[in-house]
Amino acid sequence: MLLSLLLQAVAEVSNSAGLAVMGAGIGAGLVALGVGLGIGRIGGSAMEAIGRQPEASGRIQTAMLIVAALIEGLGLFAVVVCLLISFKLRG
Amino acid sequence: MKRLLSVLFCILTLPVFASEHEGGAKKEESFSPGEMILHHIGDSHEWHWFSTDNDHFTSYLPIIAYRPGKGVSVFSSKNLAPKHGEEHGAEYEGLKLEHEHLVSTDGGKVYDFSITKNVASLLLSSVLLLVVFTAVARGYNKNHGRAPRGIQSFFEPIIIFIRDEVAKKSIGPKYERYMPYLLTVFFFIWFNNLLGLMPGAANLTGNIAVTLTLAVLTLIITLASSNKNYWAHIFATPGVPKALLPIMIPVELIGVVVKPFSLMVRLFANITAGHIVILSFISLIFIFKSPAVAPVSLAFGLFINVLELLVAILQAYIFTLLTAMYIGGAVEEHHDADYQMGGGDGAEPAHAHGH
Repeated sequence: MLLSLLLQAVAEVSNSAGLAVMGAGIGAGLVALGVGLGIGRIGGSAMEAIGRQPEASGRIQTAMLIVAALIEGLGLFAVVVCLLISFKLRG
Repeated sequence: MKRLLSVLFCILTLPVFASEHEGGAKKEESFSPGEMILHHIGDSHEWHWFSTDNDHFTSYLPIIAYRPGKGVSVFSSKNLAPKHGEEHGAEYEGLKLEHEHLVSTDGGKVYDFSITKNVASLLLSSVLLLVVFTAVARGYNKNHGRAPRGIQSFFEPIIIFIRDEVAKKSIGPKYERYMPYLLTVFFFIWFNNLLGLMPGAANLTGNIAVTLTLAVLTLIITLASSNKNYWAHIFATPGVPKALLPIMIPVELIGVVVKPFSLMVRLFANITAGHIVILSFISLIFIFKSPAVAPVSLAFGLFINVLELLVAILQAYIFTLLTAMYIGGAVEEHHDADYQMGGGDGAEPAHAHGH
């Protein structure tokens, strides 16, 4: 219901560029959600693993950083797409 | 040492102030954060240090343009700069700058070979890399057999780390051939990431053309050092039933190209996004038009700036590690574990199987 209200409000402006930029914003937010969830899970598992075997914490930390960077890379793919949309429509 | 660190820390806060000058326009024009940010992260034909209310402190870089039929034109970009008080740039020798693109006034094709800000930054950082690493190499010559001293002792742990944790673990016994490339890529990306965070610096590793070149180099080295086993894994992935091969082969072929592509986008996006976040925090002050936002804005900006230091070395490490892993995949020898379903986990390096 909220979504249809929102869409109505934006559509009345009859400015499709506004809808697109809103879409880009929502997209970026969703990406942030996804990345946060993903990296949070990795961090959580890493913490547990370090707790179980503190001697291996160096290796676990390295692996955690690598996976976090990979997930972040994917998130930034999507952020770049959203930024491109919003910058294209401004100019 | 403590004094050096505190001076360095003070310098790091400077980018937080440098772009404030951009807001002090002579006429009352509305502040466009998108435009300011794009201008700061993009390339430019001149190196703009800062502006005061009356002056622009800019280093004018040479424009080198080739137009078919009119030959090569070389001149300072000062000729194309807007005259005092004007909006748009001037025209010189039939060329003018539109949004940092060199266009010909008669609409012809222009090949732009100018020394832009990014090119100048690239040349400067290459000189820096050469100076630093020839000093390190000379250190090894002088201190042969003894403990390292000076700048050599700073870089040795990092070089050993790349050799042991990245190259040996990922590539295996043939790692020495690839060490020069891996070390170059690591230090090039790290130095340029760090330099990009300095006040007034060029955003070099956030330029997708630069990261594209690095990714293409990785692809070329991977393909050039690939052996039969690598292509066998692509065209006849072990353990895959024959019926699935028509799907697997295109997927694997696309994978060969997508992996360097992801290297390119990962580095570009991480560095550019970091710069955009810092610039956005500063623009908040100008969007709200209130100095009360400044302490919060600067605090967040400083935090992100220091985080970017971590991102600088992390992204360099990730690029190098993934490059080493792709090269390792290409030079890997065949192990029988590939054909066993559920036997042999491939955790041991290839040479342990007695080949």
